[in-house]
Amino acid sequence: MDGDGLEGSVIIGLEIHCQLNKLNSKLFCGCSTKQQGLEPNTMTCPVCLGLPGALPVINKKAVEYSIMVGLALSCEIAEHTQFYRKNYYYPDLPRGFQITQYDWPIASNGILTVEADGEERTVRIRRVHMEEDPGRLVHQGSIETSKFVLVDYNRSGMPLLEVVTEPDLRSPKEARRFINKLRNILEYLDVFDGSLEGALRVDANVSLRGGARVEIKNISSYKGVERALLFEISRQQNMKRRGVKVTQETRHYDDERNCTITLRTKEQAEEYRYYPEPDLVPLSVKSWEPRLKATLPELPDARRERFKKQYSISDDHAKVITSEIRVANYYECVAGKCEPRLAATWVADYLKGELNYRDRDIKDAFEPEKMIYILEQLKTGIITDKGAVEVMRALLDEGGDPKDIILSRNLAKVETDITKAAVKDVIKENLEAIRDYKDGKPQALNYLVGKVMKKTNGRADPAEVNLLLRELLECT
Amino acid sequence: MAISVKDVQHIASLACVDLNETEQERFAKQFNSILEYFKELDGLNTEGVEPTYHVIGLNNVFREDDAYEPLPQEEALKNAPRHEKGYFKGPRIV
Repeated sequence: MDGDGLEGSVIIGLEIHCQLNKLNSKLFCGCSTKQQGLEPNTMTCPVCLGLPGALPVINKKAVEYSIMVGLALSCEIAEHTQFYRKNYYYPDLPRGFQITQYDWPIASNGILTVEADGEERTVRIRRVHMEEDPGRLVHQGSIETSKFVLVDYNRSGMPLLEVVTEPDLRSPKEARRFINKLRNILEYLDVFDGSLEGALRVDANVSLRGGARVEIKNISSYKGVERALLFEISRQQNMKRRGVKVTQETRHYDDERNCTITLRTKEQAEEYRYYPEPDLVPLSVKSWEPRLKATLPELPDARRERFKKQYSISDDHAKVITSEIRVANYYECVAGKCEPRLAATWVADYLKGELNYRDRDIKDAFEPEKMIYILEQLKTGIITDKGAVEVMRALLDEGGDPKDIILSRNLAKVETDITKAAVKDVIKENLEAIRDYKDGKPQALNYLVGKVMKKTNGRADPAEVNLLLRELLECT
Repeated sequence: MAISVKDVQHIASLACVDLNETEQERFAKQFNSILEYFKELDGLNTEGVEPTYHVIGLNNVFREDDAYEPLPQEEALKNAPRHEKGYFKGPRIV
């Protein structure tokens, strides 16, 4: 969105559905939440299949997790909360209604700050509520042309939290950052594993100022959120440009084709015919708040501040490192044994960079002990920066032991004597460049440094070469 | 507000229930008489009466986060009129 003059005209609100997939059992029954990759309909029971006479009973821990999330988002916890039936006729619901919350959601009126261009934007959280996940539909071909649907109820009854924001986001990029930050907080709370397929699904409401609101449903990838919003915004802008009115509707996001297609005109809230779920009793759990508040772990923003103080690292480094709990834990492990600022550079800049390049996660990186070893070699001058990067790349691509890699690839830095000899040779061989340098062209020095590095197969320390060259050039 | 035959048709279509014309009129009449009764209730003085959120007066009933054995797939599919490759088979949705 940057630079195309749209700031201020785009209005985005999000509804984010997160599976509480760290629980052992589903929201209202004892079926396991470990339903990923199973054969269809092998993790069901009368309750989550909605068979007549089956009675739901709520998972206590799911309520505790929901309160913890509410507290982490600075929400108020409801004095009284209860479930409702949301009636709609769709094959993903075996009963013909979804058990969700309507009035009195478990948590409401929270905030989360997100980085906007050059400032922090406060995004208001309207509500956080509990609900059951519906089943998974498999279409034959595309959703539009499929003659029938195949339904897998393994996912039916998975515990979901729905986080609903006020329309406070102003660009697709902010929306992506918001979702990343929310995911990060949920992972810090240890209630959510965002790496599982379908763990997080987003509905986004988007409008241009003054225009009708369009809801995009079922965006199921992190990258998809930004792409779906970009697509939908440009669709609405084109309509506006042509003088066509945007109508309020629900659209489906097609991840493969990267476009949105119309699904149906929006159902009004009253058409869901919400009414209190008679099979579940109301909850009065506000009294749990102090106990759960005491168990809240250190959250990303707090950890970032602590890292800055405790390890004297920059705000940028602290932000990158704490934006994922696994990275933060990795860093603390390394920083405990090496110079923390050096560790920050190597974890935040180099390691994360190499992982991003490979589209890989920190959990697929090599062990912190290996990083500690590399940084020790670097600190004591055994290897150069360049050598350290090479060791890291080799570890990521082939695995192995950093010590063996340094030996087998001849990465140990050459002795100063050898560097000196190489510097002398280069001075002898490049009289023209030396003349340039003396005539006041400092870039000639870089050229000479390059020559020395080449002569030593990159194993000299460029800073040392630089120094030696200057010394010798001053004397001649 | 009175319930018209058109309202009945709308609600029936949301609930996927087929009603013929006679039934539509009968339901409209019945809905209206229920609403009449609610009007009577609206006239009662409820000041100082605690709201009731649920009919049986219980609250805070939980179960622990333990998993049990699920149904075998063939049991789960047993009542389904149509299934395929372990999935329930349903009508197209768009």
